[in-house]
Amino acid sequence: MEYILSHPFEILKMTGEHLLLVGVSTAIATLVGIPLGVFLTRRPAWSRWVLGAANVIQTIPSLALFGFLIPLPLLGGIGARTAVVALILYALLPIIRNTHAGIASVDPAIREAGVGMGMTDWQLLTRVDLPLALGIIMTGLRLATVISVGVATIAAAIGAGGLGMYIFRGVSMVDDQLILAGALPAALLALAADFLLGLLGRAVTRKPLLCMKLLAAGALAALAAGGAFLLASGGEAREARPIVIGSKNFTEQSILGELLAQRLERAGFKVDRRLYLGGTLICHNALVAGQIDAYVEYTGTAYTAILKRTPVSDARRVYDDLQKSYLEGFGVRLTRPLGFNNTFAIMVRGGDARRLGVKTISDAVAHARRWRAAFGVEFLEREDGYRGLAAAYGLDFAEPPKVMDLGLTYRALADGKVDLIAGDATNGLVSALDLFILEDDLGYFPPYEAVPFVRADALAGHAGLQEAIDSLGGVVSDETMQRLNYAVDGERRDLREVVGEFLDGLGR
Amino acid sequence: MGKGDFAVELEDVGFVLGNGKRLLDGVSLRLPAGETLVLIGRSGSGKTTLLKSINALLRPTSGAIRVLGRDLADWDPIRLRRQVGYVIQETGLFPHFTVEANVGLVPRLLGWDEGRIRARVQELLRLVGLDPDLFGARRPGQLSGGQRQRVGVARALAADPPLLLMDEPFGALDPVTRAELQEEFRLLRDRLRKSIVFVTHDIREALALGDRIGLMSGGRLLRVSAAGDFFQTDEPEVAAYRKVFA
Repeated sequence: MEYILSHPFEILKMTGEHLLLVGVSTAIATLVGIPLGVFLTRRPAWSRWVLGAANVIQTIPSLALFGFLIPLPLLGGIGARTAVVALILYALLPIIRNTHAGIASVDPAIREAGVGMGMTDWQLLTRVDLPLALGIIMTGLRLATVISVGVATIAAAIGAGGLGMYIFRGVSMVDDQLILAGALPAALLALAADFLLGLLGRAVTRKPLLCMKLLAAGALAALAAGGAFLLASGGEAREARPIVIGSKNFTEQSILGELLAQRLERAGFKVDRRLYLGGTLICHNALVAGQIDAYVEYTGTAYTAILKRTPVSDARRVYDDLQKSYLEGFGVRLTRPLGFNNTFAIMVRGGDARRLGVKTISDAVAHARRWRAAFGVEFLEREDGYRGLAAAYGLDFAEPPKVMDLGLTYRALADGKVDLIAGDATNGLVSALDLFILEDDLGYFPPYEAVPFVRADALAGHAGLQEAIDSLGGVVSDETMQRLNYAVDGERRDLREVVGEFLDGLGR
Repeated sequence: MGKGDFAVELEDVGFVLGNGKRLLDGVSLRLPAGETLVLIGRSGSGKTTLLKSINALLRPTSGAIRVLGRDLADWDPIRLRRQVGYVIQETGLFPHFTVEANVGLVPRLLGWDEGRIRARVQELLRLVGLDPDLFGARRPGQLSGGQRQRVGVARALAADPPLLLMDEPFGALDPVTRAELQEEFRLLRDRLRKSIVFVTHDIREALALGDRIGLMSGGRLLRVSAAGDFFQTDEPEVAAYRKVFA
């Protein structure tokens, strides 16, 4: 609650963004869904296909749907427009289905009386079908709205803003306060929408004709607002275009995104931040589609996850291969590596390392028979994880390694529950808990160097951009990255401040 | 239409469903203008199908139908239905319309101005024995069954149609209300001299209201007779009705 109480205006603004996303998308879904539902009652042969398609869309996980939409022209991209498109797709099913079911539930005798009196189909629809089905249609609208409030939190993954920003940041920083700052207003929003539409629904059964007119007017107004909104967000890209910086949705990535952004701002560029985008795939798609101009990627990730190559331990070769493939395939250039290597790191307690004089993994092999180890699931499963490591170094422990949540292994090591873990080289806890990273002296782990990936056309179009980004080459060591991560995650300090101080210290 | 014209003419009308089921079979009849023809028959005998064929709610598969002097094929069904009053059981009232809106429906569809509609609705409600000031603003749900049926008749008469189709209009009423409405209907009929096709399965109602009675069975029109002559035959189906009547 403290965060909510101390940032009331920011939360109000985010709630407003959220409401806009939900309102615009639900209005458009209503204007599309009700006519479509009506159409199905007139052409029953179509209903199986249309309802089936809407059903399928609703089963697509939202993050996947966003992923599909990003590369599409016009509908896709990064930002509110794509989110609105996805929200419309999700809201369609309940609206179409309830319109269809509502009209189907009208007493056939009443419809026949209407036809027998000489009503045209349009008159039957507007004076009999829709007014009598309105209660059920309103229930569908209510359902669609509540679903949208929930799904819209995920829209933050593609830079659409809204309350999801808090949730994503909160999850990445393991900060309950932040998660609540997003989840609580979202829940209240859902309840309020449900309540208000419920009231409207009851009013509807009393004065259906009046409510129909109001509803149509409301939806049209929202559509007009939405149209203006979409045009505005589309037009934005054509004006003197700022450089758009993206990042994935965890703390280290947001620090690196902010680092790029502030460095460019200090060099006089106008910057647009799109931090906390979903995962690797969303960032990559956005970069290739030109929705963002740059983000920081890890060479090993690009090599295996994007190019689908088998991991290689030669850092130079990986970098050169990527440079060539990305330029030819995607029109993207790699600038100078930032300096640190975010790979799996084999760690022991600092005290043990000093006492035993252990510096490398090879040094540790002799002691390992007396040690216990704990690893995250991923490291135990992956081909380039524990099995390969054990084979490469001839490692053998006192007992089979324990499986544990990766985040908990650091604490377990520091507390002496285990003696060796495979962690994240740049995790802020490494220095905070006095852990020691053993050198991978046989070069077993593939490199995960952090490198800004930048669109070639952005580099060509902005004089001085390449120099500004290259000036960050080599300035972030493993230890520096650990420190920055800890400042944000451990000390809960403000991201912009931490990055600003770091750049001040560099004198850049 | 002068005297001697027919409001409805059917010639050898047949209605066969896709699955081969015969709803109507060789039906021919003529309804002189201003007369009331009551169709009587058991459930499923085809009387409602015949009625709905007259205002083009159903399309028979063979034969010819002329309504108000014109072939059905030449009628725009929407325009036809606005000139043919249609009364069905009380469920046919629109539950979301007031009594006034229900009665004024067809005039409104025809584009009359509101003042004329209002005057006509008041006139009709009085004609069927309902006080417009008392009942005009109510919904059908706030009326008794008999009152609803009066509204249904008023609605069918609203645009002063020369032809009325009535499908068991009093079927759902209690016997006392039913007898009252039948009596009122008879007075109304004599006053307005509309052409009427009236469907019922109640022989007493048929004898009381019809100028002529048509007996239907299995999709066939077995016999059309003057109401007074209905029992003057050896037809076994008529014998069955004689038994219930006695």
